[in-house]
Amino acid sequence: MSISKKEVEHVAMLARLEFSEQELEEYTEKMNDILGYMDKLNQLDTSKVAATYHVLPINNVLREDKDRHYLDNETALKNAPDKKDGMFKVPRIV
Amino acid sequence: MALTIHGLTAHEMHDKLKNKELSATEATKSVLDRISKTESRVKAYLTLLSEEALKKAEQVDKRLAAGEDLRPLEGIPMALKDNMCTEGIKTTCASKILHNFIPPYNATVAEKLEKAGAVLVGKLNMDEFAMGSSNENSSFYPVHNPWDLERAPGGSSGGSAAAVASDGAIYTLGSDTGGSVRQPASFCGVVGLKPTYGRVSRYGLIAYASSLDQIGPVTKDVRDCAWVLGAIAGHDEKDSTSANVPVSDYSHALNKDIKGMKVGIPKEYFAEGLDEEVKAKILEAVKKLEDLGAVCEEMSLPHTEYALPAFYLLAPAEASSNLARYDGVRYGYRDKNAEDLITMYKQTRSQGFGPELKRRIMLGTYALSSGYYDAYYLKALKVRTLVKQDFDQAFERYDVIVAPTAPTVAFRLGEKADDPLSMYLSDLFTIPVNLAGLPAISIPCGLSQGMPVGLQIIGKPFDEAALLQVAYNFEQNTPHHKLKPQLEVE
Repeated sequence: MSISKKEVEHVAMLARLEFSEQELEEYTEKMNDILGYMDKLNQLDTSKVAATYHVLPINNVLREDKDRHYLDNETALKNAPDKKDGMFKVPRIV
Repeated sequence: MALTIHGLTAHEMHDKLKNKELSATEATKSVLDRISKTESRVKAYLTLLSEEALKKAEQVDKRLAAGEDLRPLEGIPMALKDNMCTEGIKTTCASKILHNFIPPYNATVAEKLEKAGAVLVGKLNMDEFAMGSSNENSSFYPVHNPWDLERAPGGSSGGSAAAVASDGAIYTLGSDTGGSVRQPASFCGVVGLKPTYGRVSRYGLIAYASSLDQIGPVTKDVRDCAWVLGAIAGHDEKDSTSANVPVSDYSHALNKDIKGMKVGIPKEYFAEGLDEEVKAKILEAVKKLEDLGAVCEEMSLPHTEYALPAFYLLAPAEASSNLARYDGVRYGYRDKNAEDLITMYKQTRSQGFGPELKRRIMLGTYALSSGYYDAYYLKALKVRTLVKQDFDQAFERYDVIVAPTAPTVAFRLGEKADDPLSMYLSDLFTIPVNLAGLPAISIPCGLSQGMPVGLQIIGKPFDEAALLQVAYNFEQNTPHHKLKPQLEVE
């Protein structure tokens, strides 16, 4: 499988990244090199193999629903690039 | 060569502190002085905490003067990779996007070591967000290998390995997603351990690929490795993927010999791509293990060659999801010129992430995107099962598996910088272990072209004790761990 420049542009949009024309060319080329190498995986028949998302036999780890210490508002906002009235401030949305 | 304080291992330093031959303040001053003489060339550190470290050392000395017992790692100067959160101390992941981030909490490992009395001297350089094999992806500056400043220290925990190799820290912590502790340990001639997935809490470790990441010690010898692992291992309710499995007494494992131990030598790790001189050193090491009574036997891990392509789909897929949080809203860098939200996201991320990060985010986003998920991501997860089954079957027969850590010695800085695939190949022998979630250690086993070669020992899940046992027996019967780089000081 190979990826076209147009698809790279679409993936960039999904990932919230933007590239210049020249970068798009470069990423398309490098991604095709890498994906070409990934094609190796198709040498294996995996039709009867289960997927391993995670190696530990753990799922749905729950804890008691008890009150815990969390960051207070001021601390949570300390690293914010912009804030107002105890909230994160961002540029206009629409 | 005259003995120096910064040249000591943690357990040697501990003995001197205990016998009052040395104070924690003297130990810390010696390491800080060493850093001031080597750091301009090695560049292992991103943040130095000289004042804080001296203050901590003073507290330790006061405790000891008051007659309190000295704990194993108390008063020993150490450093953390800069992807582990430290409360009130800048934690950048060597990325422009987190250049000003000051965590409001400690990673569990930082908390545990602090409570154990460790003296934190600084935060260590790395590849941006732990993605890289040479440290050239640091957004700030690359680390240089203390054995040859023109060469890479390996990555992504290059700062962690170079600091220990140059005596700029007594021990450090790194993180290993596809070899990022073991490969730099191999390149810099030190000991590096990747514990079993779930052995050490990941709470406060800034995520790269959550199903693969694991924190591990980088040390000057195997005993130190056992000590540090013992201090950081264990279940943590703040990390739901940390395993509720008892922590062994790792130092105890060092007392056992390896007579009759069954060692598998996977033939796939000695094939194409392995440097001939590296191969010779590894085979010499295998011979040594046989001399010490181990039963070594060639065996096969047939899916080895598929681990690398599977990894470079899975790790970027997980990364693309983990790195979605860097959007300029809550912390880190923001492009202030954008007039609307979507543009702010795009410009912040495009300016804040380096080229390799963007490449992996793009690959991962593509592998997870509608229409390609089954062909790439799901396929890779199934291949991961096959890689893991290889190991499961092998460990029915063998106690440990022994192989090279990396296919070559440290390569030159710049040599692979423009060729991502050839860079990825340097992780060929470390990646299968992460896919299978197993523990593995790299220890020095000699020099080739004047550069260190690393021997990798891979074990059963939660059997770090067996790795340390084999590693210690090898180390105590060979001179390799005593070799140090001839780094000229200012």
